[in-house]
Amino acid sequence: MRRDEALFDYLQRLGDTDVVLAQRLGEWVGHGPVIEEDIALTNVGLDLLGQGRMWLSYAGEVEARFRDQGRSEDQLAFLRDGGAYRNLLLAEMPNGDFAVTMARQFYFDQFHLLLLRALSRSADPRVAEIAVKGAKEVSYHAERSMDWVIRLGDGTDESHMRMQRALDDLWTFTGEMFAADAVELALAEAFIGADPRALREPWVAAVAAVIAEATLELPTGEWMQGGNGRGGKQGIHTEHLGHLLTEMQHLQRAYPGATW
Amino acid sequence: MIGSGTQAAPRIVRAPPRMPALADVWSALAGVPDPEIPVISIVELGIVRGVVWDGDRLVVKVTPTYSGCPATEMINTLIRESLAAIGVADVAVVNQLSPAWSTDWIAPEARTRLKGYGIVPPHVMAGRVDVAGISPLRRAHVVVPCPRCDSANTQLLSQFGSTACKAQYRCADCLEPFDYFKPH
Repeated sequence: MRRDEALFDYLQRLGDTDVVLAQRLGEWVGHGPVIEEDIALTNVGLDLLGQGRMWLSYAGEVEARFRDQGRSEDQLAFLRDGGAYRNLLLAEMPNGDFAVTMARQFYFDQFHLLLLRALSRSADPRVAEIAVKGAKEVSYHAERSMDWVIRLGDGTDESHMRMQRALDDLWTFTGEMFAADAVELALAEAFIGADPRALREPWVAAVAAVIAEATLELPTGEWMQGGNGRGGKQGIHTEHLGHLLTEMQHLQRAYPGATW
Repeated sequence: MIGSGTQAAPRIVRAPPRMPALADVWSALAGVPDPEIPVISIVELGIVRGVVWDGDRLVVKVTPTYSGCPATEMINTLIRESLAAIGVADVAVVNQLSPAWSTDWIAPEARTRLKGYGIVPPHVMAGRVDVAGISPLRRAHVVVPCPRCDSANTQLLSQFGSTACKAQYRCADCLEPFDYFKPH
């Protein structure tokens, strides 16, 4: 695989994960448990959408290097079908209750921060500057989701039970984050991308420390969705992604090229 | 006399394009308010990173505060309008990501005005905060005083306020909610 093709794929993984999770967080508009949380959830989504746009814009520019034409960020976001999406499975999981949303965010934020910090040293200057910018924002996301895991875990019996259940249910989708495939290995070798395997140990350590402080149990399941190299990063998704895209892409599908 | 002895072709002499001095360009930009925090200008906010003439075209380098800031496109429009007003027709607004924007770039006089507007300015330099290592549950020692009554008896309500760059607090003495511009 040529390097630009690998980079195009890799940038879609970064961008799609941001965009899909932003869409999930946007579903909370008007449904947050209190107004401050409604605003916070959507502000996190807004940061991710901004980062996703930067990754997808760059992806389109890279695509133009090996195809006649590269697609714009909008064409990539609104006109690709589910099988062309490269987001992590974790990002497409439904919101569930507030505990599920925060557990999903917690697992992802801790990974995202490690990933962006690694990418801030990328040999590709464009990748590095987007990562530096993103890491500053994601540090707030990580701080906030960590606090909610502790607050709910070390809260009432009900909140403790729900947070434990959310962590257990989502655990099986975390292995994919650290499973490297040919795309990631090629880019890690070129010092453009991060080797995801190296992020696993610091992630488990960070996650375990917070879960312990929250008086919760670290999940122990070993079998992982997508951990075999056939998951979201390769375009193999759960049924949830199609429903999400149906809503997200509706306007451009129904009225192609619509602008305002 | 040009080309004496030969018939000179008629020459079209165009008036040189109006190129205001860069100091005037900066003055014009200093008149552009941030759309979401209109008491400070985009120059005071620190997002205008440079202006340079490229031939007849003025290149304005702008960096976003937060990646998803919805005011970005409006800011670009306001920049063009303010420069058109001083006669600059050809403006390229270039998005510059690096170095990433920091609240450390907010002008000192703008900080005072922020407080008067009800937004507490960042209390420390962003470079000195390891944001990943702190959290509200462990950050009780960070005092963000109320912008109205100066009470130190305040509580964090949410890490995100009316915009991504602010957090929401409440004063436990005068009971007013207020925004805090997060060190970033």
